[in-house]
Order: sequence, then structure tokens, then C-alpha cells
Amino acid sequence: MIKHLRSAADLDAETATLILDTAAEMATLAGREVKKLPTLRGRTVVNLFYEDSTRTRISFEAAAKRLSADVINFSAKGSSVSKGESLKDTALTLQAMGADAVVIRHPASGAPHRLASWVDGSVVNAGDGTHEHPTQALLDAYTMRSRLGRLDGLRVAIVGDVLHSRVARSNVLLLSTLGAQVTLVGPPTLIPIDVAAGLSGDASRRGDRLVPGEAAGGPSAPAGSAGGDEPRAVSPAAIAGLSGDASRRGDRLVPGGVAGAAGGGPAVSYDLDSVLPDSDVVMMLRVQSERMQDSYFPSAREYSRRYGLDMRRLRRLPEHAIVMHPGPMNRGMEIAPEVADSPRSTIVEQVANGVSARMAVLYLLLGGK
Amino acid sequence: MTAYVMKGVSLLGAAPRDLVVRDGRIADEPPGAGAEVIDAAGLVALPGLVDLHTHLREPGREDAETVETGSRAAAAGGYTAVCAMANTSPVADTAGVVEQVWRLGREAGLVDVQPIGAVTVGLAGRQLAELGAMATSAAQVRIFSDDGHCVADPRLMRRALEYVKAFDGVIAQHAEEPRLTEGAQMHEGEVSTRLGLTGWPAVAEEAIIARDVLLAEHVGSRLHVCHVSTAGSVEVLRQAKARGVRVTAEVTPHHLLLTDELATSYDPVYKVNPPLRTASDVRALRQALIDGVIDVVATDHAPHAVEDKECEWAYARPGMVGLETALPVVLSVLGEQWELIAERMSRAPARIAGLAGHGGDLAAAGSPATLTLVDPAARRTVDPSDLVSRSRNTPYAGTTLPGRIVATFLRGEPTVLDGKVVR
Ligand SMILES: [Zn+2]
Repeated sequence: MIKHLRSAADLDAETATLILDTAAEMATLAGREVKKLPTLRGRTVVNLFYEDSTRTRISFEAAAKRLSADVINFSAKGSSVSKGESLKDTALTLQAMGADAVVIRHPASGAPHRLASWVDGSVVNAGDGTHEHPTQALLDAYTMRSRLGRLDGLRVAIVGDVLHSRVARSNVLLLSTLGAQVTLVGPPTLIPIDVAAGLSGDASRRGDRLVPGEAAGGPSAPAGSAGGDEPRAVSPAAIAGLSGDASRRGDRLVPGGVAGAAGGGPAVSYDLDSVLPDSDVVMMLRVQSERMQDSYFPSAREYSRRYGLDMRRLRRLPEHAIVMHPGPMNRGMEIAPEVADSPRSTIVEQVANGVSARMAVLYLLLGGK
Repeated sequence: MTAYVMKGVSLLGAAPRDLVVRDGRIADEPPGAGAEVIDAAGLVALPGLVDLHTHLREPGREDAETVETGSRAAAAGGYTAVCAMANTSPVADTAGVVEQVWRLGREAGLVDVQPIGAVTVGLAGRQLAELGAMATSAAQVRIFSDDGHCVADPRLMRRALEYVKAFDGVIAQHAEEPRLTEGAQMHEGEVSTRLGLTGWPAVAEEAIIARDVLLAEHVGSRLHVCHVSTAGSVEVLRQAKARGVRVTAEVTPHHLLLTDELATSYDPVYKVNPPLRTASDVRALRQALIDGVIDVVATDHAPHAVEDKECEWAYARPGMVGLETALPVVLSVLGEQWELIAERMSRAPARIAGLAGHGGDLAAAGSPATLTLVDPAARRTVDPSDLVSRSRNTPYAGTTLPGRIVATFLRGEPTVLDGKVVR
């Protein structure tokens, strides 16, 4: 079993499937009178939250408690940069307390990676900056599987502010690992650069790298002493040569349509209406209307017209398709209230499934027996 | 003054010979009695290295580096002169501050510390600093830079370029369009997309360089471009040079060797401004250095205290120490092309900075004995705790690099012997 869950990329298909299967077992507990398992008795799980997120914290807390772990909630909001204790000092404190697992929510991307280098216990990423939220992806995959019976071959459209969304990144990685086909939909300003390569699960599909031994010096360069002595000097991107080549920037996509997702990365479309008829799942991302101040889109009204899911668009979906949202929703912005409350919406289920998925993660990471 | 004879030394890779140093200069007569003999068999002599871009942090952040500790690190890296950037606290934007830095450099006495003056008051980008007063001060400032910040206002940049013509000054631009890099953390591309770190587009650098070469051309001024990091910047410079624009450019050792993939660890030791770029950028920079489109390797030595790096990526300060590893990194990239290395790391930077006593011809009797002896056969695995600098933020920890600095001489006086700083 893996030790940390920092990114959905930490999970291969086998491990991810094991977590989903375990979550299904955990879910049967919810129907019982006594909802607790003794598995993690005597183990300590710390919820280290540098951002307010009551829903996520409560979900993790419930998951740990149902496994009989001791739970310590450590809210460190506002004590980030200049004032208060550094993340490293906090890590050393948690280490001294003997934390077996630390669940961390943090506004800076990569904070769980840093934490994992300072503590012996397992680190679970509960959302870091604009990077990832892997347990959200697990509960989403669990929800899709229980509604639609499979993940392999499933066509999933993820719609909205992909650029700033940790939910989108984790979902793309996990769903690709599990065989689903993901299409990212949104205005071009909110789709990250080079997303097909960047979020391809297959590292070999990513861009160009320096080759070990590659030197610039011509014949007098000593063999083997070049950039290649530096095993970490590897890099993707830029399959083309110099930057004059526009193909270096941005995704290679079919305007208005669904791009071919070469190499297992997601496809991209700017046209929601054309994607809906071929989607089994539509996942709407939260879009903050403040983004219009940074010119990502002109107005909330225009965003909603072009990318919001209303009843008219809902009817373009196949009969069986479901509508998901990680919450919290901006009703009327990315999703119309009647869509959110329709029978196709899984939004309430997602919350319940969150506890089961997080139980499975803690159970497996901590080697529950 | 002690005389030295360096036995069996190779000048820039030429056949071994004895090199005599007397009265601070290269001599062509025998050393005479009492001369100290240095066994230099297998060593290569280079003119002392000159760094156009060093952050010495004094005044203001003496916990990270001082003029004295930075001078020691420079000498250990084979340098005999460093140009000290102006982004100190207080900012080096007056004759008083640049003279203070200059005097501290003289007191340390290990390398010539040539202060760079700020272009604008407080690096704020609003109003010109007293460039003339700094130029006529004891520090005789010739390079002006707001490094750390871009002189983004085009009218102010134009005026600065024009104004320094009166005393043959040069504006060294940190090319970064600030509106395109708000909140930026690393190179914008597939790695930033994967890591969820705000992207720093190549165009933010390229657009400013393109604008500035046009401005320099329009007013007939000298422009120097700091730490070029993208293939696109290289193309802009190539075209400008072909048109005869008086522009020079530098590249850092780390941009010649490392790529953005290193950010995957989220270890801020790899966070730097401008950011590490892609493999194709690295290749273009190497080629530009060979072609002469890029004139100089400059370290952008940027020491930082531990707490400014042992933290979350977004909260860390950008920068890497570089003085002690610059030559080994360049050797690993270019191989033993000594003539080219001497040009890019000593002569060209000495010319740009107007440092007449540096970058001399070691084969000519009478040249200042300002040189460094390198053992190209040695290999060193970088251990941050071995660094002479006060700070430890090297991206090369655990990396084995070719070449070792055995000795450095400044005007005939050793500053480094047997790989150790003499004082
Ligand atoms: Zn700079």
C-alpha cells in the first residue's frame, strides 16, 4: 500500500480500485445501528486545516471516528506566512505527538508534499491550493461507479474553472487511471496551458527532456559529464524547437469540438452544448464570480449563458447521464437550481460517499487490520 | 610582495609552462630567489572570473550573506570581481549606499566588489535615482539595475537608457512584465498545469526584451539583459544583434542545466526568478552562449536564510546560491572549451562592467596577475554544508560536477590556495 495520498497520481489502477471496493464495504456500515469499526483504535489522526472547510473537515473527522481513531483537530487558519508557526515547526510538533496520519488542507499548492518530507506518519491531501483534492476524486469516482456501474470507458465532462480547480486536476488523473475519458470544458482563459500533456497519467507522453549526457559543447565536451550528470535535469514541454512555433503554447484542440486526447490526457472543448450529448457524467465546477475582475470572462451572466448547466442543456444529455458538483454550489451561476435538485443530480450522495471514501483511505494507508 | 611561480600550468588549455607572478603582474623573467612554487601540473589557468550579477545582501540581510562572506564564496568559485546588485535594504540608490558597499568590498579584500546602482528610487519604478551621483562617487557605478523588479514603465526605461549615456552607463534590465506574472510561481507549461502552481509565461520576459531592444535602438543606448531564460528571448536578441543594437545578455548557470520538472518536488530550492524553463529553452540558451548571442554567464547568486526556503513553495523567496558552482556547471555544459569559458565568464563581463584590471591576457607579460587555477580532472559532489557562502540554498546538493578551483589570485595576491580561502 502507498504511504501518502498527496496526489491522485499516487494511485495506480489496482490501488484506486481497492480503495473504491473498500469504500463500498465501509458504506454498508452506515446502514448499521453501530456505525463504528475498532480498526484504528489507539491510532491518532490529525486534521490540520489552514483553510476553512467545515464540510471536508467534518467528513474526515467522521471517517476517522468511525474507525475508532483518536482525532485531533488543529485549525491553523491565518497563521500561515509571517505570523505564527511555520509549517515545518508544526510538522515537528505533530511528529512529537506521534500522529499516525495528518490530513492537511492548505492554501499553498504542494504543502502536503512538504509536510510528508518532515513527518513519519502518513499524509493525506485534503485540498492544496490550486493543485489537488484526491479524496474528492475518489468519492466522485465511487459515486459514478455506484450510479453507472463502471468507470472504464465512461465519458466524463468536467466543466468550468479548470485552471483554479484542485477537484478537476485530481479527477482527471484518477479517472484516466481508471479508464474513463475526460473532456475539459470551459472558456479558454480557464483551461490551463498544455493540459493534455500536463495531466496525462502516462509520463512518457509528456514533452521533451534533456537526455543524460547531452552536452552543448561539441567534440571537446567530456563524455558523460554533461547536463546528464544531473539526473534531475529532466523536463517536459516544447516538442517544437524554438518558441516561434506557436504549437508550443496551449493545447492542441479542435476548435469548438472535442479534441483527440492523445496520450491518455484529457480532451478539451470550449463548447458545452456539443459535448453534452456524448457525456455519461457532467461535473460542474464552482466558478467564483470574482474571476471576472481578472478578465477570465466578461460577466457572470455571460459565463452562465455559455457554460452554465440549465434545464435546456440538461435535456441534451443522454437519459442515463448524471450531474455532479463538488460543492459548494453557486446556484444560478454554473448550475441552475432546478438542475441541482433534479433526480439526475448526485450532489447529496457525493457528501455521504465522502465519508466512506475517506474511511477507506485512512483504513488502507494506516494498514488497518 | 611575494613572487610565485606556477609550475606546469596550462594557459587556457595550451601546452604546460611555468607562469611567473611578480609585483602583482605576469612576468616574463625568472622569478628570482624566494619565489613560492606552486605545483600546477594538470591545472588550467583562466583570467579571474567576473560576475555581473551577485546578490551580497548587505546592507539589510546579513543573516543570509554579507559583503565579506559573499566575497569569500566568490573567491572560492574562482571569481576576482563581482557586481553587487542594488536590491539591498536600504536600496543602493544613492551615492552613500553604493560607497558603503564598495568600501566593505575593499575591506574584505578578496574580490573587487563593484556596486550596481538602482535605476529608480527604492526600486519602486516611479522616479530615477541619482544615477549621476552614483557614477561620480568613489564606487564609480557604471551598471544600473532594479533587479528583482523590472523597469516596466516604458517611458521611464527610455529615459534611463538615454540618461546614462552621459557617463557610458548601461541599464541591466530584469525583464519581467509584471502584469503577466502576478502571483507567478514557476514556468507556465505542462508542469505548472500539473502542479497547480501559477504559471510564469515565457512571453512575460520576451515582451520586455523586445520592447527594450527597440528602445535602446531608438535612443542609441547600451542595454544589458539579465538572466535570459527562454528560447524566445534568444531569438529576439539574435535579431537585435544582427541589426546592430548595442545589447548584451547574460544567462545563469542554473538556466543552462536545470529544468522546470524539478518543481515536481515542491522543494523551493528550485524556485528562482526567472523560473527554470523547459529542455528546449535550455538547449537554445546553450547554443546562444556558444554563438555569442548571449555574451556572459552570470550567477545571479541569491543567498537566502533557511526559513525563507524551508517552507511552502508559494511562500519561499526565489533564488539560488551560485558563485561556488558556476564554473563546474559551465564546464559540465560546455566541456573544456577554455577560450570560450574565459570569454563568457571573464573578458566579456569585465568589458561590460568596465573593469579594466580584469579579463586580461595571461600570456602577456605585464598583465595583472588576476587569475584562477582550475583542476579540470577533479569531480566534486556538492554538499551544501561545505559551501563558503553564509547560505545553503544550492540546487545541486548531491550532484557531482566536474572541475575544482585550486587557487585564485587577485593582482598577484592569493585569495584561494589549495582550494581554501586564505583568510
Ligand atoms: Zn533578476
